[in-house]
Amino acid sequence: MTGAQIAAAARTRTSVLPRPSTGSRVADIVFRALMYFAIAIGFIGLGAILYDVARDGIPRLSWDFLTNFPSRIIPERSGIQSALIGTLYLMAIVAVMVVPLGVATAVYLEEYADRRKWFNRLIEVNIQNLAAVPSVVYGILGLAFIVRGPLSMGRVLLAGGITLSLLVLPVVIIVAREAIRAVPPSIREGSMALGATQWQTIWKQVLPGSIAGIATGVILALSRAIGETAPLLIIGAAVSPRFNPSGLFDSFTALPIQIFSWTTDADRDFVAAAAGAILVLMVLLVLMNSVAIFLRNRYEQKW
Amino acid sequence: MSRSGDDPVPDKLTSRPDTGSSDGKAAPPGRRFESAHPAPDGATATLAEPIFDVGEVNVFYGEHRAIRDVSMRIQRNEITALIGPSGCGKSTFIRCLNRMNDLIPAARVEGRVVYHDEDLYGPRIDPVQVRKRIGMVFQKPNPFPKSIYDNIAFGPRVVGMKGDMDEIVESALRRAALWDETKDRLKTNAFGMSGGQQQRLCIARALATEPDVLLMDEPCSALDPISTGRIEDLMMELKENYSIVIVTHNMQQAARVSDKTAFFTVELDSSAKHRTGHVVEYDVTDKIFTNPEDKRTEDYVTGKFG
Repeated sequence: MTGAQIAAAARTRTSVLPRPSTGSRVADIVFRALMYFAIAIGFIGLGAILYDVARDGIPRLSWDFLTNFPSRIIPERSGIQSALIGTLYLMAIVAVMVVPLGVATAVYLEEYADRRKWFNRLIEVNIQNLAAVPSVVYGILGLAFIVRGPLSMGRVLLAGGITLSLLVLPVVIIVAREAIRAVPPSIREGSMALGATQWQTIWKQVLPGSIAGIATGVILALSRAIGETAPLLIIGAAVSPRFNPSGLFDSFTALPIQIFSWTTDADRDFVAAAAGAILVLMVLLVLMNSVAIFLRNRYEQKW
Repeated sequence: MSRSGDDPVPDKLTSRPDTGSSDGKAAPPGRRFESAHPAPDGATATLAEPIFDVGEVNVFYGEHRAIRDVSMRIQRNEITALIGPSGCGKSTFIRCLNRMNDLIPAARVEGRVVYHDEDLYGPRIDPVQVRKRIGMVFQKPNPFPKSIYDNIAFGPRVVGMKGDMDEIVESALRRAALWDETKDRLKTNAFGMSGGQQQRLCIARALATEPDVLLMDEPCSALDPISTGRIEDLMMELKENYSIVIVTHNMQQAARVSDKTAFFTVELDSSAKHRTGHVVEYDVTDKIFTNPEDKRTEDYVTGKFG
């Protein structure tokens, strides 16, 4: 029987495989259209921002833009060196602080903490909540306890780094816990059954098995940290300094601060400089996220 | 095992009194700590050395008792099979023999497990040292995500074994009858092996630390019949040098490979919520399968329930 004959036969009798009702087909189409619409809104929004920023910013991009210090007077010669260097320093500080603290906390919660104990459950709930606290609150914390108050560091690079570290620490802990939890219990049992201690099991089996997930999480947390503006504004990063921080206890600025100060300027040329700085920041973020994706695809352990 | 690590393989177990060899099946109540548990078979028990003398072991998970009053002598250089329906506590019991139950926070073990004259649950025993001497193979093959070589070398490295690591690895793979298949790809990831090979790798890994007991918790339940046959052959070879305790759901397997068989069963408590396992009968395998003492054993091995 040819296809046409089969189709003809199907029309002449009641099929055991009835066609979908008109109602369900319409519902299917409507639902599909809604989903495309939802995706389109996101893409259109992103596209509009990119277009707007690229139109103003691309003409400004040059080596001089990266290496010049910001200028108060001549927008055309204004650059982002101090902001870029500040952001890189902040990233380094956050990475150094957040990796050992975050991973150690995650190891404790996953491998040692007895969940029947109330204080361990309290820690867990707290970390979940801290991850959802608005960043501006961390700025206030940094101002009250690090810049002033007990630590009284002043408006310095280290104070900014610590504040951003506190901000992303809960995220790093949560991601590291998930990565550690993804290592199957059978691996731990296999290791312990061979006479390994719990510490050897963690150090030689669990952490190597979860390192890709942890690294991915750390990079994503770092990219969140370098995009943050509010906490740095509150703790009082310098605006358009014509110098790089000379050390941890020097004043500093960062890309988001520079962008913020330029976009609030009345001069259109400074707004263009802001667009250029936004592009630099976005390239940085895309690079970091690409590294995260690469690490995940290349090194993630399939169990 | 505790403080003096200088005598890990004492051969003076023969000095243990063997009073329980001829006094019937059930240890009378009130003799808890007298080492009076019936040996499975009077004639052989006086000759063979027990590697484990287990007395009145109870395991609790929280408030719930998982196994009740398990007592048995497990003989050296024999294969001892633990059979019984699901949930009867076979796996819980075998994990008492190398203190793997310690890894479950809520688990509590009462009673005594005497191994080479020392109670494994004594106050000075380090469970890590116990596991170095008593290896374990699990139901699902659980190779580490490392090379075949590093899978084998992991145990010797963590326990600090001296000697040429290449030789240790080769020797372990040979003992597990895996050397010919793997010698040309020692550096490849163990995840690329077949399930049967992975399980033999796990056996080789357990042998690499030179244990004298091998505990196997349903080692073949995830394997096809051919791989199962190879592992059974391997067990028969290994019992020359090791003592093996195996949990199995496969009664034919128990009948084929084991010297002694313990039949566990499960009973519900009054509220029918909790299940507690216990040993119904422990004897020479042939007797368990051909002429068991207990009706429940007979029903199980003839397939009437379970």
